[in-house]
Amino acid sequence: MSLWNKHAIFERNSIILILGVLIVISIGGLVEVLPLFYLKSTIEKVDGVRPYTPLELAGRNIYIREGCYNCHSQMIRALRDEVERYGHYSLASESMYDHPFQWGSKRNGPDLARVGNKYSDDWQRRHLHNPRDVVPGSIMPGYPWLAKTELQASRISQDMSVLAIEGVPYTSEMIENANVDLKAQAADDDAGAAALVKRYPKAAARAYGEEKGVVTEADALIAYLQMLGTQVDFKIYDDKANLR
Amino acid sequence: MSIAPHDPSPIDAHTGTATTGHEWDGIRELNTPLPRWWLYMLYASIVWAFGYMIVYPAVPLVSSYTKGLFGWSARRAVAEELAALTAQRAPMVNALAAASLTEIEKDPKLLSFARAQGKAAFGDNCAPCHGAGGGGAKAFPNLNDDDWLWAGTLEDISATLTHGIRSADPQARVGNMPAFGADGLLKPAEVSAVADYARSLSGLAVDAKADLKTGAKVFEENCAACHGPEGKGIQEIGAPNLTDQIWLYGSDKATVVEGINKGRGGVMPNWGGRLDAGTIKALAVYVHTLGGSGG
Repeated sequence: MSLWNKHAIFERNSIILILGVLIVISIGGLVEVLPLFYLKSTIEKVDGVRPYTPLELAGRNIYIREGCYNCHSQMIRALRDEVERYGHYSLASESMYDHPFQWGSKRNGPDLARVGNKYSDDWQRRHLHNPRDVVPGSIMPGYPWLAKTELQASRISQDMSVLAIEGVPYTSEMIENANVDLKAQAADDDAGAAALVKRYPKAAARAYGEEKGVVTEADALIAYLQMLGTQVDFKIYDDKANLR
Repeated sequence: MSIAPHDPSPIDAHTGTATTGHEWDGIRELNTPLPRWWLYMLYASIVWAFGYMIVYPAVPLVSSYTKGLFGWSARRAVAEELAALTAQRAPMVNALAAASLTEIEKDPKLLSFARAQGKAAFGDNCAPCHGAGGGGAKAFPNLNDDDWLWAGTLEDISATLTHGIRSADPQARVGNMPAFGADGLLKPAEVSAVADYARSLSGLAVDAKADLKTGAKVFEENCAACHGPEGKGIQEIGAPNLTDQIWLYGSDKATVVEGINKGRGGVMPNWGGRLDAGTIKALAVYVHTLGGSGG
C-alpha cells in the first residue's frame, strides 16, 4: 500500500481533515509572514519617523472612519512612473507606527503617501468641503460636515495607550499630555506649542481651520494629511544602504 | 453504501477507463486521467518555481534571505531606471540648468523642452489648485491672465515656486491682509463703507446709499499703505490691484466685506525641497508662457 492510499484516513475523519488543511495553510502563512517579524532588514533604520501627535492621530481616526483608504492608497511603489509622479518610494519605516497601516489597494484617487505640505490648508479645507470647487473633474464625494463637527477627542489618550501596547513608543508623558498637545497643535501661537514640538519633533502647530477656539474634525484630518510622508528627509537618507 | 478500495475489476467495461475502485449502490466512479498537456504544464511550472527561487530573492533565513543569482532588488531596479532616465534627459536638463531664464525663452529648442517638462510637472503638482490649464479657482489665482499678485517676471515666478507664499520656507513671500473687522480695527459701518469704495474702484455699481466719502477716508487711512493710494496694489507685498476686474475671492459685497473682516492670505507651498531645480526652472518657463509679464 503506497503513501497515496493514506488519504483515506483524511477522507473518513472530518477532524483530521480540518487539522490537515490548517497545517498546510499555516505553512504558507508562516513562511511568508513570520520572517518579516524577525528579519532586521525588513524595516530600514531612518531618522525622523516619530509617532503621530494626538491631533494627527485623531485625524487619522477620521481618515479611517470615513473610509478614505477605499479610494486612496498610501504606498508609493518602487516603480519609475510612481516615483516620477509622487516622489520617493515609500519606506517600510514610514508606516512602522501605523496600526492598522493605510497602504490600501485601490487608487480611484491619487496616492496620498507624500501629500503632506503639497497643498495649502485652505485648499484642503475647500477640497474636503466640495472637491469640485477646486478640481472640476473630481469624482471624490464632499465631506462638508467635517468642518462643522467639533472633534471628539476625549478618548485620544486611550487610543495612544492601546497603540503603546502594540509597540508604538508613546511615553507616559505623551499620553498624560494628549489633550493639552492636541489643543496646542490646533491653534496659532499656543503656549503649549514648544512642549509639543519637544515631544513630537517637527510637529506643525497652527490654526488648521478658520474658526478660532474650536477644533473641528476637518482640522484634525488636515493636520494628519499635511504631515503624511514628510518625516524622512530624503536629502540625507541613503538609498544605497537600503537596497532590497 | 460500501467502499471497496481493492476492487478486483477496476476497468469500466463500457468506456474502457479505469475506475476509482469505489462503489456506491452499484455505481462506480470513473477515474479519467488528467489531460497530458495539462499535467506537463503543471510539472513545468513546478520546475519553473524552483528555478525562480534560485534566481530571485526568495527564501527567508535566520538573519537574512537568499539574494538570488542575479542579486536583483526592486529598489536597485528602480534606481537604475531612474538613472537611465536622468542620463537620457541630461543633455537638455544640463542645457536648461546652464541657460538663464531669459535665454531659455529665446532658444526655441530649450523653450519647447522646458514647456513640455513644465507642463507635465504642472499637471502633477500645480493643477489641483491652479486648474488643469492654469485657469485657477476661487481663492487660487488664474495664471493665464496678465494680473500678478507677486509680479510675473520669470525671476519672480521662479522665486515664488522655490520659496512659496506664506509657507514654512524662511524666504517665503509674506504679506498679510489684516483682519480689520475681527480684530476691531474698523467698525462694521466703516467696513461696509470701505467695501463699497473698494468695489467702486473697478467701476462696479454700488448702492446709491453707499457712503463713498467715508469709504475713501477709511481707505486712505487703512488700505492705501499696501494697496496704494489709487488702489493699484503693490506686488512686492502681494497686495492686489483693486482697480481691475479680477477678483480672487469674488466681487460681490458680502465677499469683499468678509475679506476686510477676516483678512486674506492664501498659502502656496514651497516647492524648493520637493522638486529639483531643473523642474522648477521648467515650471517657471511654462507658467511664464501662460501669462507672464516682462522679461
